[in-house]
Amino acid sequence: MINYIWAFLIVIGTVAGAFTGHMQAVGDAAVEGAKEAGLLCVSLIGAYALWLGVLNVAKEAGLIETLARRMRGVVRRLFPGVPPDSEANGLITLNIVANMLGMGNAATPFGLQAMKALQALGKDRDEASDAMCMLIIINASSVQLLPLTVIALRSAAGSAAPAEIVLTALISTTVTTTVGIVAGKVWQRFSRCR
Amino acid sequence: MQIMTQISAFFVPVFIAAIVVFGLAKKVPVYEAFIRGAKQGLDTVVRILPYVIGFVFAIRIFTASGCFDYLAAALSPILKPAGIPPEILPLALIRPFSGSAAIGMLTTMLERYGPDSFIGRAASTLMGSTETLFYTTALYYGSVGIKKTRYTIPAALVSELSGLLASVAVCRLFFG
Repeated sequence: MINYIWAFLIVIGTVAGAFTGHMQAVGDAAVEGAKEAGLLCVSLIGAYALWLGVLNVAKEAGLIETLARRMRGVVRRLFPGVPPDSEANGLITLNIVANMLGMGNAATPFGLQAMKALQALGKDRDEASDAMCMLIIINASSVQLLPLTVIALRSAAGSAAPAEIVLTALISTTVTTTVGIVAGKVWQRFSRCR
Repeated sequence: MQIMTQISAFFVPVFIAAIVVFGLAKKVPVYEAFIRGAKQGLDTVVRILPYVIGFVFAIRIFTASGCFDYLAAALSPILKPAGIPPEILPLALIRPFSGSAAIGMLTTMLERYGPDSFIGRAASTLMGSTETLFYTTALYYGSVGIKKTRYTIPAALVSELSGLLASVAVCRLFFG
């Protein structure tokens, strides 16, 4: 599926660019985008090293295991097929907590470590497990409690009450996360039936 | 607003300090443990680099082409009867693709329609309730070599769509 989506972006972008007369901008975007992505990665090295360092302190102190044990009940419901003693339970929990607190910088390295732990459990190296699907669905549905970037943007735009969307965003994000989980679970059952 | 910013300023330092204190309590050589973990930082970034570049440049081509405007125009007759203002559509469409493009789009919308207008509020709510999808999928799966993504993308897209509907509905309820 990723192959088609990737090709779709490039082909449709090029065709649409030809129609809208944005061809120069499209060409520049490709080159600039690649350059920016490279620079982004370089700038990520520091943040990733920091968070993976902190994560390892937590791991060596046994905090990930404790967390995994505490959250086993919740994690087992959402992420089937993860053994209760797996480190993945703790890493998934940390990824979700970091997302909730808006620590996107930390959430991604935690999430990548969780993926690694989930991959180590699986038999199929090519195909996503149900737990992997669920981890990405939850990450894409946003579980952030305080949308600080949005509040800052509203404040910059001269809003009289920049933070008034906190409650509406919280309700709405509860909906997206719930719908994502339910949709994932339904698909899970459907794909098992076949 | 002020209080929330102050509270959230505590998250990162307290999170790190709490783990360090816990490590000390458990007699872990905390600095050495940190270094052992930090060593993986470069490896992790090197592993995800091709996926980041591959997706970021493709998304940039797509957004620079201006096709979101056409997509939004094509979809608005379907969504208008459902009570969804067509002005919010470009943001809803771009959100799954790119976080930075969505921030740019929201900034433009807040300036054009005003942050305290219905569209400004609904757009802010939408922005705070969904996340990027395609980039995350490419990155997470790419980093461990997964090729078959199964139902990840369709299920997450259903969730993104529910975000559009919920944002508009909740804002109608709260702000009229």
